Amino acid sequence: MSRAVLSAASGFLLAMGLGIAGLTDPRRIVGFLDFAGDWDPSALFVMVAAAAVFAIGSLVYERALWGGSGSLPPPKSHIDRELVLGALLFGVGWGMSGLCPGPALTALAGGSRSVLVFVGTMIAGMAAHAAVAPRLGSRASRAHGRRELTWR
Amino acid sequence: MTAWHAGLAVAGGVLVGFALLLTLVASGRPVGVSGILGGLLLGTPGDRGWRAAFLAGLFLGGVVLLAVSPHLLAFTLDRSLPAMAAAGFLVGFGTRLGNGCTSGHGVCGLGRFSPRSLVAATVFVGAGAAAVLVVEQLLGGRA
Repeated sequence: MSRAVLSAASGFLLAMGLGIAGLTDPRRIVGFLDFAGDWDPSALFVMVAAAAVFAIGSLVYERALWGGSGSLPPPKSHIDRELVLGALLFGVGWGMSGLCPGPALTALAGGSRSVLVFVGTMIAGMAAHAAVAPRLGSRASRAHGRRELTWR
Repeated sequence: MTAWHAGLAVAGGVLVGFALLLTLVASGRPVGVSGILGGLLLGTPGDRGWRAAFLAGLFLGGVVLLAVSPHLLAFTLDRSLPAMAAAGFLVGFGTRLGNGCTSGHGVCGLGRFSPRSLVAATVFVGAGAAAVLVVEQLLGGRA
């Protein structure tokens, strides 16, 4: 129960952060990716500030939890085709729409038909990946087992 | 483009960082929004409660933003529904194939100095910039 409350609070806080930074507005994302136009650095500031908080906080969390005797699993270092192709496809969709999963799910509350269609096909895309994943699995992801696919 | 504010971007970013940190505490591992949604749809039944709670909190946050300032959630780009459908599919498929989105790779992964996340973030920003270049410069901002 407390885990669910904590999760709900994190989701809520994420929506607030995105809203305050203005990243629920797809024009900001297009502005950030429009290096040839009138560049909007908001998303870069958000990503750097958030990553810095996460970097310090996750170290503190590891200390608190294991007192230096343990740690979270180290980040995987294997760069494979799936990672690069996946990021490429995601990037194209992100640039086309100005939406990524967090802001899209937050903006659902606005009731726009464009956002609704986007979220619907995003879920379909995830399901399509799950359907074909066993056939695309690289040697590395097969070796790590199915769990590895849902790590992030 | 809309005017931007460095202070608000940093304040929002700090909140985003704390939100994902709280998610790490709740779930026991670094995880972003696409991972949470993907696991809710296709993961094991016992691992779904906290994911549903997270997404409910995210949506509730959207409801509050809408009440405070409706323009924050307005979709004002000139995009056809088929273009939005294609973009959504690419984002869904791509984030599962690449194992993360802007929150998972861009915040958690970069925050943990993951080389995979650095590659992913570089590729998705590059691909996003290419898509925007095509839409803004070749298609006149319409897709």
